[in-house]
Amino acid sequence: MTGARVLAVENVSKSFDGHAVLQPMSHVFRVGQTTVVAGPSGCGKTTLLRLLLGLLQPDTGTVRLDAEELTVANAGRLRLRVGYVIQQGGLFPHLTARDNVSLMADYMGHPSDAVRARIGELAELVRMPAEMLARFPQSLSGGQRQRVALMRALMLDPPVLLMDEPLGALDPMIRFDLQQELKEIFARLNKTVVLVTHDMHEAAYLASEILLMRGGRVVQRGSLDALLDSPAEAFVTDFIRAQRADARLASQ
Amino acid sequence: MNGPRAFHRFSLRGLLLGVLPCWLAFCGGGLAWADELKVGSKRFTESYILGEIVAQTAARAGAAVTHRPGMGNTAVLFEALKAGGIDVYPDYTGTIARQLLRTEATDLETLNRGLSEFGLGVAAKLGFNNTYALALRETAAQRLGIAAISGLAGHAELRFGLGHEFMERNDGWPGLRELYALPQTPAGLDHGLAYEAIAAGQIDVMDIYSTDAKIGRYALRVLEDDKRYFPEYEAVLVYRLDVVQRFPQAWQAITGLQSRIDAQAMIAMNARAELDGVAFADIAAGFLGDSQARETGSGGFLGKLFGPDFWRLTGQHLLLVFGSLAAAVVVAIPLGIWAARSEAAGQVILSIVGVIQTIPALALLVFLIPLLGRIGTLPALVALFLYSLLPVVRNTHSGLTGIEPSLRESALALGLPGFARLWRIELPLAARTILAGIKTSAVINVGTATIAAFIGAGGYGERLVTGLALNDHALLLAGAIPAAALALLVQWSFDLSERRVVADGLRDVR
Repeated sequence: MTGARVLAVENVSKSFDGHAVLQPMSHVFRVGQTTVVAGPSGCGKTTLLRLLLGLLQPDTGTVRLDAEELTVANAGRLRLRVGYVIQQGGLFPHLTARDNVSLMADYMGHPSDAVRARIGELAELVRMPAEMLARFPQSLSGGQRQRVALMRALMLDPPVLLMDEPLGALDPMIRFDLQQELKEIFARLNKTVVLVTHDMHEAAYLASEILLMRGGRVVQRGSLDALLDSPAEAFVTDFIRAQRADARLASQ
Repeated sequence: MNGPRAFHRFSLRGLLLGVLPCWLAFCGGGLAWADELKVGSKRFTESYILGEIVAQTAARAGAAVTHRPGMGNTAVLFEALKAGGIDVYPDYTGTIARQLLRTEATDLETLNRGLSEFGLGVAAKLGFNNTYALALRETAAQRLGIAAISGLAGHAELRFGLGHEFMERNDGWPGLRELYALPQTPAGLDHGLAYEAIAAGQIDVMDIYSTDAKIGRYALRVLEDDKRYFPEYEAVLVYRLDVVQRFPQAWQAITGLQSRIDAQAMIAMNARAELDGVAFADIAAGFLGDSQARETGSGGFLGKLFGPDFWRLTGQHLLLVFGSLAAAVVVAIPLGIWAARSEAAGQVILSIVGVIQTIPALALLVFLIPLLGRIGTLPALVALFLYSLLPVVRNTHSGLTGIEPSLRESALALGLPGFARLWRIELPLAARTILAGIKTSAVINVGTATIAAFIGAGGYGERLVTGLALNDHALLLAGAIPAAALALLVQWSFDLSERRVVADGLRDVR
């Protein structure tokens, strides 16, 4: 796969209390690609994501955003180019949905009509009715909250989007709809996406590449077909089969 | 406009609205301080009365006088006198010698020599000795022909009922028995019950202070200490030496009180206060031959509750509570933020404010007076400030550390720098808890502020102090009820203000 290197980890690892949560690994995330990091709970996928954001410092190796190494000093600045969505949404309850979305833009002093226009754009993109934005997060449904969280992540138009089980808390029908919308949005915006999930269906549907992890180690990387056809070890087949995802899904 | 901007507007405004008037009142009160003769007194009936007599004597001689009654104890008064917070107060030669100068000699020359290094002196032996004594029913004394303690030696059948403290002190019963060769074995008895017991004839001899109010009413005879066992506690006035130049006429009038009050007169005045419930000012006026009856709130409970001092006391109490609270909030919230940021700092900070909380209030006040060089409002404010810290620090700390980690992480991930995170995300989320801490401090302060009266800072405590000394239940209630009502009012207004300070989104919106 060719394409500019947007995000890269080089030989990063992390341990807590002597226990290796992430074994040394390297990977390049290329522009416009959606990489899904999948695996059972405790496999290190969330740790990887947090290393990409600088919320954790790696014990070894480096994280690079556009070739610039991510450090404690520049993390604040570099994070402006990374959007982050988590399972619970992470919306601040004391702000309306709209204020949540425009928080950073307001803080940085962007002109208010530019902000308003951008919010309108994003609301259309995620199919969020404008009047809902005046509500507080507690008054929104789970699906609506995730849409707002996505708007917030995209507000400054960051090149990279990191998502940690974004649809995990939603009921199946909403999840289905949102998966479709996400796929369209990713394609339209040409974002570099790293999405963590344990759902292989979702992984297959959204990913250009799957990183399958287990016990802090990358077991295999590739498309779902590649994983099914040439599994690196028995675990790969077992994990996919356990979710009854072995019937080949036509990628949309 | 809602959310973070609204929060900032209201909380800043609220802070200013609360703090400004308090400090204005404080400064205004300080400015209205021309040179007045300040008379102090201790927290018991006799001292109140003598203080009033001195104050009224000076006033009649034309001086501007104020009486700061019921200060905590000898230590407080001494510090106040040295610092100039008061100019004169009544005390006893034995107390001055033993407690203040740590000597034995009680003659005026020795005392004056010892006090002069502090710029102080003693003068005007008022004419009575208030020391430990033994008393007998008058009827029994006449029948047995006993007028002095040595007369008890020949009557082994007499039953003694003595207070526990008196029985245990070295300079109490043991030494007395030895000196007078008394054969009796006393029973230990609570002092308050002893009066009833002696009146009922269950005991014959009890220990008392020689000017106790009940002596006359219970028809007791105070036995003469003919072998001079008990130390001398002659009533005198302790004063700042500069009073002589500052108030020459008043001072002359005051020294004219020398030898004008004998033991019988003092007993009678004490009795009028404690047993008849007459106000101190009236008793003093009566002694000085003032026929004008002063209009004081000595009529009934409601009269005492809404007496003429009500607004002054309320103003003082509010100043004490909110002046100290405002300062505490300004200091405690940053301390709480620091404690939340750093676990090591947090342990130290929380421990320190926790320990401060355990210091007994009166001890803290006595310590602060020489440190600050005055009595009254300032040391009281400082003490209340210190006591207000813990709830606010602790609640700020727990409010911040209690924020869901995923929210804190989201704020970090957005790229918001540290201070912006604190101001826009963390403090608004912790606002409800912090406000609860401030409310707790305020309500506690209303109660604790009553001790300010012990050092002359006024407030509702003044009524409690007087009521305690006089054993006047109505006056006690007249001090306690407004304090309780104020506490409820404070709690209620905080509940109201929560609506303005805590963001809409954080209240239960259905």
